[in-house]
Amino acid sequence: MTSDTSTVVSLRGVDVPVVKQGSGPPVLVLHGGDGPLDRLPFAESLSGSFELMHPTHPGFGGTPIPEHFDSLQDLIFLYLDLIDSLDLKGPILMGFSMGGWLAAELAVISAGRFSKLVLVDSVGIKPGGHFDRDVADVFALPAEELLNAAWHDRSQAPDFAKMTDDELQTVAANRVAHGLYTWEPYMHNPKLRYRLHRIDIPTLLVWGENDGIVTTDYGAALRDLIPSASMSVISQAGHNPHIEQPGGFVARFMEFASS
Amino acid sequence: MRAWFFTEDAYPDLPDVGSYESIRVNLPNKHFDPSRGADLYNMYLDMWCAADEMGLNIMNNEHHQTATCMVPAAPIMLGILARETKNARLLILGNPVANRSQPVRVAEEMALIDVLSRGRLECGFVRGVPYEIAPANVFPYRGTEKLWEAHDLITKAWTTHDGPFSFEGRWFHARQINIWPRPYQQPHPPVWVTMGSAESAAQVAQRGHIGAVFLAGYPRIRSIFDGYRQGYLDSHGNEMPIDRLAYCALISVGKTEQEGLDVAEKLLWYMTSNKVPPQYSNPPGYHSTAMAATMMRGNSSGTGLPTATTLAEQMARGNVFAGTPDQVYDQIKKFYDYCGGFGNLMMMSQAGFMTFDETLSSIKLFSEEVYPRLKELTSGYDAGRMQEIRATLPDVENINVSALASEFVR
Repeated sequence: MTSDTSTVVSLRGVDVPVVKQGSGPPVLVLHGGDGPLDRLPFAESLSGSFELMHPTHPGFGGTPIPEHFDSLQDLIFLYLDLIDSLDLKGPILMGFSMGGWLAAELAVISAGRFSKLVLVDSVGIKPGGHFDRDVADVFALPAEELLNAAWHDRSQAPDFAKMTDDELQTVAANRVAHGLYTWEPYMHNPKLRYRLHRIDIPTLLVWGENDGIVTTDYGAALRDLIPSASMSVISQAGHNPHIEQPGGFVARFMEFASS
Repeated sequence: MRAWFFTEDAYPDLPDVGSYESIRVNLPNKHFDPSRGADLYNMYLDMWCAADEMGLNIMNNEHHQTATCMVPAAPIMLGILARETKNARLLILGNPVANRSQPVRVAEEMALIDVLSRGRLECGFVRGVPYEIAPANVFPYRGTEKLWEAHDLITKAWTTHDGPFSFEGRWFHARQINIWPRPYQQPHPPVWVTMGSAESAAQVAQRGHIGAVFLAGYPRIRSIFDGYRQGYLDSHGNEMPIDRLAYCALISVGKTEQEGLDVAEKLLWYMTSNKVPPQYSNPPGYHSTAMAATMMRGNSSGTGLPTATTLAEQMARGNVFAGTPDQVYDQIKKFYDYCGGFGNLMMMSQAGFMTFDETLSSIKLFSEEVYPRLKELTSGYDAGRMQEIRATLPDVENINVSALASEFVR
């Protein structure tokens, strides 16, 4: 396995840590509300064939929230700058949950910069009506219900009791950043559905069959809004198929990347 | 000293405590009987009117989606009291302006009450407790900054009398602001702001507003009030007048010590009934990450309460003053000396199942036998002398301050 390198990309006063992992065609990985993913087995596995780039969204992983940041919009434009700065050549863009929403927004603005798009249990749209709760309220669910919604196998979930105080504070800070980017409209951009047609690159949606945060029906609605998208459902997985079923996840990614 | 009679207007008839997850946010309103609610609203208004007749001032507040407080719109109750009372100052503490989307509307509501009452309004602004976040659907991060932006807009709206002005801030936007009516009091009604730390106190002091503290008790009151005094001195170049500080405690006065304590036990309903799970007491962005992490660790009971809930513990903390008139005066005097003095006492003297008669008996004894002595106590306030007294009293050890205790200090 190749060793990871960590750099900090400074973008007009906002420092973005970026972990580079492996070698091969580039993959830009956008994490979700639980924070960076570079330590997970699926990423290490993919790094055997790809160069993964894992930026940490401001506010996550112990980084500060920039004073002028209010919403996901700030993240979208920060990453347009980041992609310019990294000078990536046609990377695969892959986003998880909130990071999937971010990836879709980036692809809408500038699909030509990316070769392919992978959205994993992503949020970002509101397929239902005013009275439909399309995305579980992760900020208001009791801890038990949140675990049941997010995981097929709850033993895979992070255990706060085993964390150090510093680690737990990072989790708490991640929650703040997650809230900042997703609070209202909750986990979606009402305009996105009218813009997703602009994504003209091959797109794969990967979904955990038992995701109770955003269901496979939600995933299907998202797929139907993106012209060249297909969807692959992974069984025995919830909101984090890349964690619960890393083998199946990596296999689907590899197949899509090489197709 | 000015005393302010306060009840939070509870709806006390709850189902078995084991049958629901939370008294706030998600307790189904099928448990609210409108007929019983009508009786309670009228009883609470009658209590405030009686307090007015006794020479006490009036304080009210609002909460949302909770049986602990039936009033989701404090200005409506205060509007009634503006008409029904004669002498009392009318304190709303307060307007949760960080959770409201239209500060101009708040400025209008407050101006109306001020005019209707012929200048008796005292207008408070609060950030609100964490359980208000879910009902308001407002992201609480930078809530204090948002509160001050709303404050700036509202005070400008009150004091601008020559036509529209424009405000385009971070959170609030209005391009043609020109409120009718304008306030009765000039330049505007006295402003109160709640504070829970030396830092937040300094922000209130800088603007010269009245700084209000709820239930901080001996463990925290000195740091907060010291922060205010220092902040005031730094900003204004002179010692603060004593009427700039306010403290809220649970107060029960009985004809006998036992009666005072028995009624105080009923007051504790305010604390013991506050069953709130972590997802409502720890929304992201409300607390510091250190405190949020502590709460996630589950070191707290998750009830959102100071952990000391026996009467004796709450009295030792300085959150409850109870007993005979002499005893209550002595308890308040001791706390007053300890913290360096304050000019406003907000008295939560009704909660839970306390009846109309029990409440009136307690506040009547207070107004007749305690209040005159408190007025005398503060009339001779001398900042230098007060600090000398304070210096003779050592810091009280922190008495069982849980991470969550600070929630009530907002």
